[in-house]
Amino acid sequence: MAALSVTVNGATVEAEVEDRTLLVHFLRDHLHLTGTHVGCDTSQCGACVVHVNGRAVKSCTMFAVQADGGAITTIEGLAKDGRLHPVQAAFQEHHGLQCGFCTPGMIMTAVDMLARHAHPDDATIRQELEGNICRCTGYLNIIKAIRAAAEAG
Amino acid sequence: MYTAPFRYLRPKTLAEAETLFRESSDARYIAGGQTLIPTMKQRLAAPAQLIDIARIPSLDFIRREGTMLVIGASTRHADVAASPIVRGAIAALALLAGEIGDPAVRHKGTLGGSVANNDPAADYPAGVLGLGATVKTMRRAIAADAFFTGMFETALEPGEIVTEIVFPLPLRSAYAKFPNPASRYAMVGVFVARFGNGVRVAVTGAAPCVFRVPEMEAALAKDFSPDAIAHIAIAADGLNSDLFGSAEYRAHLVTVMAKRAVAAALL
Repeated sequence: MAALSVTVNGATVEAEVEDRTLLVHFLRDHLHLTGTHVGCDTSQCGACVVHVNGRAVKSCTMFAVQADGGAITTIEGLAKDGRLHPVQAAFQEHHGLQCGFCTPGMIMTAVDMLARHAHPDDATIRQELEGNICRCTGYLNIIKAIRAAAEAG
Repeated sequence: MYTAPFRYLRPKTLAEAETLFRESSDARYIAGGQTLIPTMKQRLAAPAQLIDIARIPSLDFIRREGTMLVIGASTRHADVAASPIVRGAIAALALLAGEIGDPAVRHKGTLGGSVANNDPAADYPAGVLGLGATVKTMRRAIAADAFFTGMFETALEPGEIVTEIVFPLPLRSAYAKFPNPASRYAMVGVFVARFGNGVRVAVTGAAPCVFRVPEMEAALAKDFSPDAIAHIAIAADGLNSDLFGSAEYRAHLVTVMAKRAVAAALL
């Protein structure tokens, strides 16, 4: 077992976890933050993307202990005072989802993308979504939503 | 729980890391973990101890030293890709790093981890061998030509940690990769570098281990143009063959991607 001290969505969390606990399982099973999804389990689909110290990472490809001392943001941490984050609002407005399973990862990836590229063109958006798979939308509305969020931001 | 149980250790210094390794029964180092963790999740690897070297500060840096570019082993792919120092010194290396995996993988994966793992389809080995870089460890300096020894095999000894890689600055260089559309690993990737005293051509993805193409290097030293190597074909014998492409297809791709790399280097 390992002692773990992290900040999750702004709140300090102290926990004891088995060393082999994946970050995604720590978030879902220990903290009950089930907005972060497990999709492919092979580091490809991006449904599990969260931010660790401000950078998008795949939480199925990281042990919780590796995040010790760090700050984690999940999809639950984006909305402020009951108001959706601009990227969440843009996904809603532009119907950037169908079943919604990939959406938390898509949005966390999009927020990270826009932090690095304030005004990405469509080619950049597509390239930056390389690590996120959606099986419903055909991506067009996801790209539209991200473009709209960038223009609004 | 997906992985076998292990004990997680996080030393503060390189010396402490090596001591822990020596005292461990079956340890693996972990840096970004973007290859090791998926491997452990499938239980293809089950180390008893995991020694996390990602946070050792002395391994995370990028600096220009005269005609050399020096990058610390735990520097993330995203940091190499975005670095003005790397872009100014060897733009092709920054572009190569920016094409590895996807953004989330590039936020975790490290230079040292990639070269120490020596995946047959990894990108960095082509850059390290193509630029004739030197791999430094706590114990010694190893020339790229002697470092990559086979499929997932390197000259590293048990417990030896890559600390930094020293890249000589080329006059011109470029990396051309034909990515597997799903994994983004290289079906074939060719790194071409022109120096004052010659040209180096390194190929990844095509064979069990990154390799050089002396015939192309000689032709390009005389005439650095895509046409100079258009007639040079690589033998398919011993090349990788899988559901994504036959050995013959990969052999064909080597010449195609080498020509594209030379054309890009001339831009």
